[in-house]
Amino acid sequence: MSTARNAGFISARRLLLWSGIVALCAWVLVPIYLVALGALGGRSGVYQWPKTILPTNVSLQPFILFLKTEGVFQSFLNSLGAAGITVTLSILLGAPAGYALARYDFRGKDSFRLLVLLTRAFPLAILALPLTVSFIRLGLYDTVVGVGLIHTVLALPFAALVTQGIFLGVPRELEEAAWVFGCTRIQAFFKIVAPLALPGLVATAVFAFVISWNEVFAASVLTVRHRTLTAYLLTVLSESPMHYRFAGGLLLILPSVVFIFAVRRYLFAIWGISSK
Amino acid sequence: MTNIVIDNIRKSFGPFQALKDVSLTINDGEFVSLLGPSGCGKTTLLRIIAGLETATSGDISIGGRSVIGLPPKDRGLAMVFQNYAVFPHMTVYENVAFGLRMQKADEARVRKQVEKAAGLLHIEPYLDRYPNKLSGGQRQRVAVARALAVEPGVLLMDEPLSNLDALLRLEMRTELKTVLQSAGTTTIYVTHDQTEAMGLSDRIAVVHDGRIEQVGTPVEIYNHPATRFVGGFIGNPPMNFITMPVLAGQVAIGSESFSVPTSSGDIVLGLRGETVERAPSGQGLEMQVRVAEPMGSHLLLTGSILDQPARVILPATETVRNGETVGLTLDAKRVTWLSPEDGVSYPAAA
Repeated sequence: MSTARNAGFISARRLLLWSGIVALCAWVLVPIYLVALGALGGRSGVYQWPKTILPTNVSLQPFILFLKTEGVFQSFLNSLGAAGITVTLSILLGAPAGYALARYDFRGKDSFRLLVLLTRAFPLAILALPLTVSFIRLGLYDTVVGVGLIHTVLALPFAALVTQGIFLGVPRELEEAAWVFGCTRIQAFFKIVAPLALPGLVATAVFAFVISWNEVFAASVLTVRHRTLTAYLLTVLSESPMHYRFAGGLLLILPSVVFIFAVRRYLFAIWGISSK
Repeated sequence: MTNIVIDNIRKSFGPFQALKDVSLTINDGEFVSLLGPSGCGKTTLLRIIAGLETATSGDISIGGRSVIGLPPKDRGLAMVFQNYAVFPHMTVYENVAFGLRMQKADEARVRKQVEKAAGLLHIEPYLDRYPNKLSGGQRQRVAVARALAVEPGVLLMDEPLSNLDALLRLEMRTELKTVLQSAGTTTIYVTHDQTEAMGLSDRIAVVHDGRIEQVGTPVEIYNHPATRFVGGFIGNPPMNFITMPVLAGQVAIGSESFSVPTSSGDIVLGLRGETVERAPSGQGLEMQVRVAEPMGSHLLLTGSILDQPARVILPATETVRNGETVGLTLDAKRVTWLSPEDGVSYPAAA
């Protein structure tokens, strides 16, 4: 009797678990699926109702046409450039900040952490005009470097706080052991701390990359001719037929998905550490 | 000569004084334990010697050279950490070789030293493994081998056995003693475990509240504690302290009288529980036994002497009932007399 009830309880729990999983997956996957359907289905598929499960008359033509569109390749390179600058700067500046937060006690440490986060409290829309003016003065307006700098500002707080968590995850004793056995502080960092923190640092870098890659607003405001891919598509696609827009959207999602998939293990790791 | 001279070391964390003018000299090749309860400052002192912490004032010299201001790597020492601190991204071999590699030793010497240290600690079968495939005991062996491989002038150990289970701890303790004796390295060993300190050390420094209460051989410290704290901290059961009145330089216990180092007022008798014998009935120091526990190897009596709590140990062959009053004979050579005011003991009678 009791075992039967127990079994019922367990299967109810499983049902709850699995329906949760299905709901979450659907939340993420259904929009992507609809975008893919629109992109693959061609001109008629986009407006077809009811939707079919599988796209009818599949054609890769929108993708090819899209890739051939003038400026797409150049803006792809611009996006890579801006993301590259973002990754480099946010690791080079964020990781030392994270290390200092993790290892040293200094006056104003908590205020510093708060300030780092506060940089995200100003909406970019408010900053857009002054930024544009200053960028024009500095000669950074409409350059990849300018966009990279703004994206660094967006990614840096994240990089500093997440790397703090990563460095906290490397026991201080290991570093002390390295000092005792003949390392200077710098040597100990590169021989002991860096190798152990590397997976987390790589994940942080990838996340900074994705932040930059996906960012539209600042890139649209601060560039005219040297647009990043997202900003470029926003202007070009608004004048294109529906299925081109879907094709463009799908191609934009792909790099982020691939990157995040590649480092998913480390993302779990850094979230696990920083939630401590 | 790698003696260590600790001269008036003081360490403050804000208003809190972790170390209050600590001085201690450790001879070449000597094994000295810093023994004390947690938070007494013993680990802080060790970390100051290692250079991982800076002293507020005072001087430390190793082998006749002041090391204040030198980074850890220039102090000619090795250390074993409480949580082993074995590098997880290196094989056991590379861990043991780490110090030698940092000294830029040639490959032949590295191999020779690693094999020697691994042999001493019985970790040769694991040299190619990574630490996450090892048990806690094996990791601790790796940590000790890493420290011995550099043939340090001074070896510092910070509670190296406290993370091991009881059985393994006993085994490692015996093994450490053999290994360290053959190495002949000057060693400072921090522990809160009195049996470790007693078993391993040439001398013990008992640390309490940022001060060294007493330095001496294990036997000296056990038999003649310098303060009430030392007597109470060391020994199981701890030393009994019984305040008694003094009359004309004598204390009357049963039919006997003991001459004591003070002429009048009160004095505290420091009595090790196992130094007493059962007196013929009606004689000796009276103890009201509340509980008698036969422990197999001995009989543990808990109760009171002169209305003050006491614990004594009698041979297992004795039988005592709960609630009974027994007489105890004291050995005048094995008791300690302490001042009731400051808890400091009077010098042992010659």
